[in-house]
Amino acid sequence: MDGDDRVFDDRTPGVENEEPTASVLSYTAGLGLAILATIASFVVSQTNLLWAPGIPVGLVVLAFAQIGVHLVFFLHLGSGPDHTNNILALAFGLLIVFLVITGSIWIIANLNANMMPMSVTMPH
Amino acid sequence: MTIATIDAVSAELVRGRGGGGPAPTRNVVAYGFWIFLLSDFIMFSGLFAAYAVLSGNTAGGPTGPELFNLRNVFIETMCLLFSSYTCGLGALSAERRQPDRFYVFALFTFVLGAAFLFIEISEFAGMVSNGAGPSRSAFLSGFFTLVGMHGAHVTSGLVWLTYMVAQVIAKGLRPHVLRRLLCFSLFWHALDIIWVGVFTLVYLMGDFR
Repeated sequence: MDGDDRVFDDRTPGVENEEPTASVLSYTAGLGLAILATIASFVVSQTNLLWAPGIPVGLVVLAFAQIGVHLVFFLHLGSGPDHTNNILALAFGLLIVFLVITGSIWIIANLNANMMPMSVTMPH
Repeated sequence: MTIATIDAVSAELVRGRGGGGPAPTRNVVAYGFWIFLLSDFIMFSGLFAAYAVLSGNTAGGPTGPELFNLRNVFIETMCLLFSSYTCGLGALSAERRQPDRFYVFALFTFVLGAAFLFIEISEFAGMVSNGAGPSRSAFLSGFFTLVGMHGAHVTSGLVWLTYMVAQVIAKGLRPHVLRRLLCFSLFWHALDIIWVGVFTLVYLMGDFR
């Protein structure tokens, strides 16, 4: 490290300042949780385990859970004060991602609903 | 108050907000790369939005459930997940200056990533040869753009990984090589996060409908 005698280290995404064995443990725990979430997603989508109209919600919840697992165990993002910069950047990124995706779906669904029916524009 | 007390108090106040002097190069590099990854997520969000909007417009052509083979998608997912895991262990070995372990984990990462890419490319080739290419319908245009862009990222990740192994062989695990390795492992983990969105939105949501 090119650090000095800093009192508080800024935390870096992807790096854990833990004992080496704890790091292997955290990668393994992350792998296990991610596999569980993946299998749960596939099972939920292919079976009647969930009430049918609830399946999309269940899949989205599982996807967010798995993304959270990846962020915490693989990218080592945490909630501590040393992580402020990384978390703030992530929060801003998520805001833009949310605006782009929901905004597009919302606007295009409205446009679609207000379109003239195909039978009027393309008479056969 | 003495200077020392003021320093201690202000370090506490500005903890994580630039307090205590300039951050180590390593942190600055990784933070910059983190910003790049977030901008990459934002680019992908445009493609996800396009796919979500277009996924119903099959123009009388094949639909998702007719095209997708979920068994292959599950294998692809596992390949990418395990390659993320071996990539993390490889980065850890590099941090601990264990080049031999690093080479082994880098090889695992490469093989798993290449397996993912092989399955994806054969899936694409099968679809195109069955007349379900990107020009068939808006749904397929969106599908090939989104999944293909992720595949292009994985391809560039494999090229980058090869280049990093060559750097470790030629230069050893020096600080600036370690910083590049850190950026690579961030990139590789981020690709896995994008893939979670892809298999959920494209393959699983498309299949049960």
